[in-house]
Amino acid sequence: MTAQQTIAQPPADTRSMTGAQVVLQALLDQGVEVIFGYPGGAVLPLYDALFQQKTIHHVLVRHEQAAVHAAEGYARSTGKVGVVLVTSGPGATNTVTGLTDALMDSVPVVCLTGQVPTHMIGNDAFQEADTVGITRPCTKHNYLVKKPEDLARIVHEAFHVASSGRPGPVVVDLPKNILMGEAPYAEKEAGRRRTYNPRREPDPARIEEAVRLLARAERPIFYVGGGVINSGPLACALLTELVRATGYPITLTLMGLGAFPAGDPQYLGMLGMHGTYEANMAMHDCDVMVCIGARFDDRVTGRLDGFSPGSRKIHVDIDPSSINKNVPVDIAIVGDAERSLEAMLEAWKRVAPTVDRARIAPWWDQIERWRAVDSLRFRQSGTAIKPQYAIKRLYELTRDREPFITTDVGQHQMWAAQHFRFEKPRRWLTSGGLGTMGYGFPAALGVQMAHPDALVINISGDASWVMNMQEMSTAMQHRLPVKVFLVNNGYMGMVRQWQDFFHGSRRAESYMDSMPDFVKLAEAFGAVGLRATTPAELDEVIERMLATDGLVLADIVVEEVENVYPMIPGGAAHNEIKLSPEDDGGHEPISEDGMVLV
Amino acid sequence: MNIEDEEKRHTIVVLVDNEAGVLARVIGLFSGRGYNIDSLTVAEVDPVRRLSRINIVTTGTELVIEQIKALLSKLVPVHRVQDLTIEGPHVERELALVKVNGDRERLIQALRIADFMHARLVDSTPGSLVFEVTGSSDELDAFISLVEPVEVSRAGVVAIGRGEMILDGTAQDDG
Ligand SMILES: Cc1ncc(C[n+]2csc(CCOP(=O)(O)OP(=O)(O)O)c2C)c(N)n1
Repeated sequence: MTAQQTIAQPPADTRSMTGAQVVLQALLDQGVEVIFGYPGGAVLPLYDALFQQKTIHHVLVRHEQAAVHAAEGYARSTGKVGVVLVTSGPGATNTVTGLTDALMDSVPVVCLTGQVPTHMIGNDAFQEADTVGITRPCTKHNYLVKKPEDLARIVHEAFHVASSGRPGPVVVDLPKNILMGEAPYAEKEAGRRRTYNPRREPDPARIEEAVRLLARAERPIFYVGGGVINSGPLACALLTELVRATGYPITLTLMGLGAFPAGDPQYLGMLGMHGTYEANMAMHDCDVMVCIGARFDDRVTGRLDGFSPGSRKIHVDIDPSSINKNVPVDIAIVGDAERSLEAMLEAWKRVAPTVDRARIAPWWDQIERWRAVDSLRFRQSGTAIKPQYAIKRLYELTRDREPFITTDVGQHQMWAAQHFRFEKPRRWLTSGGLGTMGYGFPAALGVQMAHPDALVINISGDASWVMNMQEMSTAMQHRLPVKVFLVNNGYMGMVRQWQDFFHGSRRAESYMDSMPDFVKLAEAFGAVGLRATTPAELDEVIERMLATDGLVLADIVVEEVENVYPMIPGGAAHNEIKLSPEDDGGHEPISEDGMVLV
Repeated sequence: MNIEDEEKRHTIVVLVDNEAGVLARVIGLFSGRGYNIDSLTVAEVDPVRRLSRINIVTTGTELVIEQIKALLSKLVPVHRVQDLTIEGPHVERELALVKVNGDRERLIQALRIADFMHARLVDSTPGSLVFEVTGSSDELDAFISLVEPVEVSRAGVVAIGRGEMILDGTAQDDG
């Protein structure tokens, strides 16, 4: 610990630290540079301690949900732990959506919540909430600090638990008397716990078995998810090397985009409900599937009994509870993606000379025929901007700057996933598991905090964006030059699409009436607002957005009722994918089993 | 029905750090995912290291049981998870307090059954008797159905592996 990193006066006797100082010192020792938070009575001692130091930068959000999403953006774009600080009661309950989002998408976040003093817990005190009770199911772990001597250890342990194994959110609930009273400090090592040792090293015998199976495959495919990105850049590099060494095709999940370079000819695009035709057909027809850091989510598998019926499956995951959860697999490998990929690559190099490369040629021929269908095609015609076209142009005009892209949830999210092509990991941030509208803008603020000079774009929809638009104020205060690319179709587009497909086009409550003038709205916050309404204006608006310093909101008014294709309807299998409205003469009646799915 | 779809009863024991909220985590894991708990017992078994042992009886398909064990192992305060139904020979015992009310004749009848089924009389008033009975869950069921009690209190299953099989918190934990 350096002198400048020490809180207040270097305490000769550590007993003289307050709980608040202990928390802050623990944060410093954990290397925390940024906190996203919002003050209130129960955490005032911590805010007071923050006020008296210069190392940690506090970003004041406008709603606690946004603090968690911003911390997620920070964490996912850097690989570090995102830190949140909120008050008791409503401050804590407002974080629940963000915490659940971080749990579903395995994002390391430590959320410090204030709590009423220990002697008042259970009394329905002012701004008391059972925070550990409420957040138990939406965190990886949580703590209520009841004794000063536990405080430092718990804060360190929280960082260890959040960032190791399968990452996730951890809540530390801090009663005010613990923060105000004296507490002893403990070093980082105190946060190791004997009961918690996630397995990182894969079983070498299983790796051998997996590689032997891979070497014999005739129709292999790699199916890779966000776990590889979480494992780190080295894991992504090893993945790329392994995939190229084998010459096999690879598809990525929504969370995995960027784990393998999209420009590589072996890449088949995203799979799943709105994935490419070639990716989904290859998943269906493969004979050996290697799943790494993905979890056979229902958006990926479609109908389970129709999911890749003829394949042997290898599953590599750091979380043993992800294996055999939805889909039984033949070879299960519990371990860190980086270590597992390293071992697989090594084993592959040993068998490579004996592998007959010609045997997969017919498989590639088949894949190329699927690819030739060009399932992401669309036509920009007429006077309205097609949303796909808007996103494609944004991609083409920004790709050289390797932007960070965050999205909200809906059609724009799927079009962004389809038309943006990521060459590197950690550039793509979207709410995958929970599908949280309102995620994108605060997440973009977190990314920009971590990467002040990078181009950070939030691709959003009109309905999603208004869910956290108050964060314009945060962006202005902290001079975060995020670019918001609002794909404005006047509807909750994805809801409207499902209503048109599955509910007789009865568009119940999906039209966004009485929306603000987004240009004026941006201006009201002191930001720059731009608007494009015709294809001819689009490029110029994008160029101006990129050329403008500071926060920009570009209102891209698009075709109202465009639908996302391809689509595997709920309850259907991969080979029942619909490519366009003309497929099967319009909207398929969906099976009853499919109707109940979300 | 596939073999994999068949539901089976499993007795699972879990060694945990005895800390606030640990039971809520275990129960929440079952209730949050719709798994069954047929019986659950918990008590501290190592006061020095502050370890508690939780005995859970649950029913589920093979995949569900595998999930349950993986999820239990993932909980931060959990040291060890052992599926006694799979891992080996073990004994299971349950205790119940069983109250029988009625006239003299009925009570004498109950005493006879108790004698022959090794239940112990632990309380008596002129109109009622309370028996303590221990044994396998089936033995308890049998006793209860015979004496037709007015009230029953059951402790739930406790279980332990036979012979060499020992569950303690000292082994290298992983999971
Ligand atoms: C917080 C939240 N509420 C509701 C939903 C359900 N939902 C999914 S997509 C969607 C519509 C999103 O509309 P918009 O942001 O305009 O995007 P578009 O689909 O039009 O691109 C809704 C309401 C959700 N995902 N998240």
